Amino acid sequence: MQSNSYTMNLRRDVFQAIADPTRRAILTLVASQVMTAGAIASNFDTARPTISKHLQILTECKLLVQEQKGREVYYNLNPDKMKEIADFVEPFRKMWDDRFNKLETVLKNLKKDGK
Amino acid sequence: MELKTKINAEDGKQDLTITREFDLPVELLFKAHTEPELIEQWMSNPYATAKMLKFEAKKHGSYQQESKDSNGKVVFKANGTFHEFIPNEKITRTFEMENAQLGVQLELITFEKLTDTTSKLTTHVIYESGTLRDRQLKMPFAQGLSMAHDRMQEIMGKLK
Repeated sequence: MQSNSYTMNLRRDVFQAIADPTRRAILTLVASQVMTAGAIASNFDTARPTISKHLQILTECKLLVQEQKGREVYYNLNPDKMKEIADFVEPFRKMWDDRFNKLETVLKNLKKDGK
Repeated sequence: MELKTKINAEDGKQDLTITREFDLPVELLFKAHTEPELIEQWMSNPYATAKMLKFEAKKHGSYQQESKDSNGKVVFKANGTFHEFIPNEKITRTFEMENAQLGVQLELITFEKLTDTTSKLTTHVIYESGTLRDRQLKMPFAQGLSMAHDRMQEIMGKLK
């Protein structure tokens, strides 16, 4: 059951979105400037439809935001969604930090008792 | 509050590195990883008490540990084998959390002397896949929730 829902959510998950090297490269490109799909595709040897597919996934995951300007669609990076990735490891880090703080306390008490 | 522990988990990779500097000599830091009674102390938290069921601190040795909540229910169970055991320098071991569907991890734990009274611990964890690593990173969310539930139950239990 759990693995099923995991598969179904694949495309909506920001972490799946950044698991692909081409998609990470696209994010790096768009981070420096707002770009059209054509301008993004011209940076890769990959076929244009493949790049379109990557852009679609990044947009569905809300890492990229589309903006219509006249006849062109421009892609923007969504910093809020990127922050979600940065925040991701925080609870895990907190868990280890609590554990190591405890380790330090336990050993300091041991040192005190030993002397 | 600034956390002293740093985690490096690069996007799309299947490993992560946990680093922490301690205000302790490296010998003591190593001891904290080799004496079962000490491990039990720092692996325990207000909601679960850790117990080392087996701990053979040597190459080819293996270990087994579990944590129980205040009702005696096993909430965490893990095991693994030591592949390298170099005092005050390095421990290489496998780690498997039972019933967690996270596979088996390879852990390379290095102990580094900084000064006579300070040291650095680096734990490099390699997962079977990037998907499993990311699933592990998401776990504390779930655990945090479950702990909050346990605590609520505890408090509500007293009111009964």
